[in-house]
Amino acid sequence: MSPELLIAIVASSAAAATPLILAAAGELVAERAGVLNLGQEGMMLAGAIAGFAATVTSGSLALGFVAGMAAGMALALLFGVLALTLQTNQVATGLALTLFGVGLSAFLGRDYVGISLSGLKPLALPLLSDIPVLGPLLFNFDPLVYASLAVLAATHVLLFRTRAGLKLRAVGESPHSAHAIGQPVIGIRYLAVLAGGALSGLGGAYLSLALTPMWVEGMSAGRGWIALALVVFATWKPWRVLLGAYLFGGVTVLQFHGQALGIEVPSEILSMLPYLATVLVLVLICRNPRTILLNQPMSLGQNFFPRG
Amino acid sequence: MTAAAPPRLELLGITKRYPAVVANQDISLAVRPGEIHAVLGENGAGKSTLMKIIYGVVRPDAGEILWEGRQVEIDSPATARRLGIGMVFQHFSLFETLTVTENVALALDAPPPPAELAARIAAVSAQYGLPVDPRRLVHSMSVGERQRVEIVRCLLQRPRLLIMDEPTSVLTPQAVRTLFQTLRRLAHEGCSILYISHKLDEIRELCDSATVLRAGRVSGRAVPRRESRESLARLMIGHELPVTRLPPRTPGAPLLEVRGLSLKSADPFGTALRDISLEVRAGEIVGIAGVSGNGQKELLAALSGERPVAADAVRIGGTPAGRLGPTARRKLGLRYVPEERLGRGAVPELSLGLNTLLTGSAHGLVRHGLIDRARVRELARRVIERFQVKCDGDRTLAGNLSGGNLQKFIVGREALLASQVLLVAQPTWGVDVGAAALIRDALIELRNRGAAVLVVSEELEELFMISDRLAVLAEGRLSPTVPTAATSVEQIGLWMSGAFAAEPAVPARAEAVHG
Repeated sequence: MSPELLIAIVASSAAAATPLILAAAGELVAERAGVLNLGQEGMMLAGAIAGFAATVTSGSLALGFVAGMAAGMALALLFGVLALTLQTNQVATGLALTLFGVGLSAFLGRDYVGISLSGLKPLALPLLSDIPVLGPLLFNFDPLVYASLAVLAATHVLLFRTRAGLKLRAVGESPHSAHAIGQPVIGIRYLAVLAGGALSGLGGAYLSLALTPMWVEGMSAGRGWIALALVVFATWKPWRVLLGAYLFGGVTVLQFHGQALGIEVPSEILSMLPYLATVLVLVLICRNPRTILLNQPMSLGQNFFPRG
Repeated sequence: MTAAAPPRLELLGITKRYPAVVANQDISLAVRPGEIHAVLGENGAGKSTLMKIIYGVVRPDAGEILWEGRQVEIDSPATARRLGIGMVFQHFSLFETLTVTENVALALDAPPPPAELAARIAAVSAQYGLPVDPRRLVHSMSVGERQRVEIVRCLLQRPRLLIMDEPTSVLTPQAVRTLFQTLRRLAHEGCSILYISHKLDEIRELCDSATVLRAGRVSGRAVPRRESRESLARLMIGHELPVTRLPPRTPGAPLLEVRGLSLKSADPFGTALRDISLEVRAGEIVGIAGVSGNGQKELLAALSGERPVAADAVRIGGTPAGRLGPTARRKLGLRYVPEERLGRGAVPELSLGLNTLLTGSAHGLVRHGLIDRARVRELARRVIERFQVKCDGDRTLAGNLSGGNLQKFIVGREALLASQVLLVAQPTWGVDVGAAALIRDALIELRNRGAAVLVVSEELEELFMISDRLAVLAEGRLSPTVPTAATSVEQIGLWMSGAFAAEPAVPARAEAVHG
């Protein structure tokens, strides 16, 4: 394998992994609070079209990413009003949110099809990127690749090192106990869902502003579902999301570079791999009930009625 | 106590109605600083609802709450805690995947750094004789330890009113004594305590005053020390305490035999059974005491057939049954009343009639593969009538019955169908005094008819009332089985903490084997 090809594969793996990391980190925060939001795909698409439209209109990439986050949060707020305030079924509401996001983004994106945009450029870290081979391999990515790592680190610190994270995990384990000791369960769940929406929206905007800088209907292409699978794959631990996302991102990239590498496997098989890997991980972690008990938020997907 | 100082908490005319039932009707009570005030009543009398109102979990429909003479609106537990009200729940409000320190930190408004908090937890737990290791994860703790965590957590909030909801139901007699010392000490320091219970002796021992509830209303106020057990019971249930009599009877051949039963728990935090041997003979009731979580769940699963074991480990009527499932064991004459009523003992979404069918299908309720509805309903009606189950008939859904009523129905169903062996877990848990007496009488009648009855219960008082012989399950081991008349609450209490392991078990075992 030539160094150029290796560098290309690593760079595109990182780029492919970044939206997965962002969306999965968002979902992880929501799920740790006990909320299962299956609307990832919808929120990513909303983020993608909002980000693209904002950048096309304003010319600012930064504004595009902010718009993407805002769009993700708007859909998450809708989910929150339905599932947290009005107590609708979380699974059904999340699925509806995905369908809604797919439709809405296609509708709003009609005028943006075919427009191209110069996307987010790699940010070569000074000095570090000049190191031969390693430099371009590790230190020549766009800012959001680095940002996604920072997001994971921040998620980890938030969940396991801060009081806010302790409250969030407590709500996810037992909303009734949390309520009994005076924690605002619904409020905490809202914050978690909104944070999740913002990160999914950002992940979506990354698709249309960096990964493939254009708008295509349904361009998230199942990444929202992979992000959901990743959270389970990671057994609700932020750092394992990183591992999973790069693994899945790498598999996606292999689909494109497969021929150059002489891999004869049909790309459809490769695109099945992330899901098969998730099923395998599910089987493995379910073999040890202790893993589930200690990591899966116990109230996941359950609504909470504060009054007895 | 001067009359001038306002009570710490005063309730005036509290009323709470639910669609089907009035939980609290015009309830007034007052608790002075430093007073231990009992709220006494049967299950369903409205005690828990009242406490939830004080703690802000439930909003009353009418009435006033005065806190130190000032009218307050308690709209959430957070508000209650800010006033200085702490509550130790019957079903704990702890987070299992978190450490003790984290659990405590969550309940404090501005907790100190973890290391400092851990030191304070250790200090408070030493001060009040409540040993707790701040670093441990809650899921690895026994029920008694968890209760200590709950209490320590409340104490760190420096409460001025502590609500204890049926705190002793999960404790050994020795632990109850320690708890009472702690509570007296707290009261001495000026903390008011609301003590919820239906245990008359405890209230007479501990409490300065009592408000008695019956069917959602105040049925009397008393100074428990000046009352007798009987007079308190009259206030609580409206008539004399029913008497349970266990006539002497010579047992027959063993109907349920357990030999060298060892079983790993299916639950990662459960307790493995270690070499359990036991015998229940025709015409006797054997009681298994012990704090739950010591292998009760596992023992019942192995005996009922939910978990298959070695064929010879369990014999029913002499037949090796260890490998058989629940249905096959039922055919051998085994009947089982599980601890969880909804989901295990009954299907909440089905009518009482169809719930009868679940375990009674071998009793002529199914003919030519079709359900004989008339006979199903007849059997259900017999259970309902005989056990005074309060419902609208056999079409009532099981899930709509109160806990006590459903328990009467399930015990009744199994007792009516039982022929040889009846296995009962927590027979009167959550059941009012009258119904409990009915259930106990049914078990004794079954024994008198020559059935073997095994009762697994946390209620020592009850086990002493109805058992011919007693054993204790502690940490997955079974103590020697001893005749009830030959033992005492103190000895059983000691065994409950596992203290029988060192004793030579041979004489009692020999007695059990040779009958």
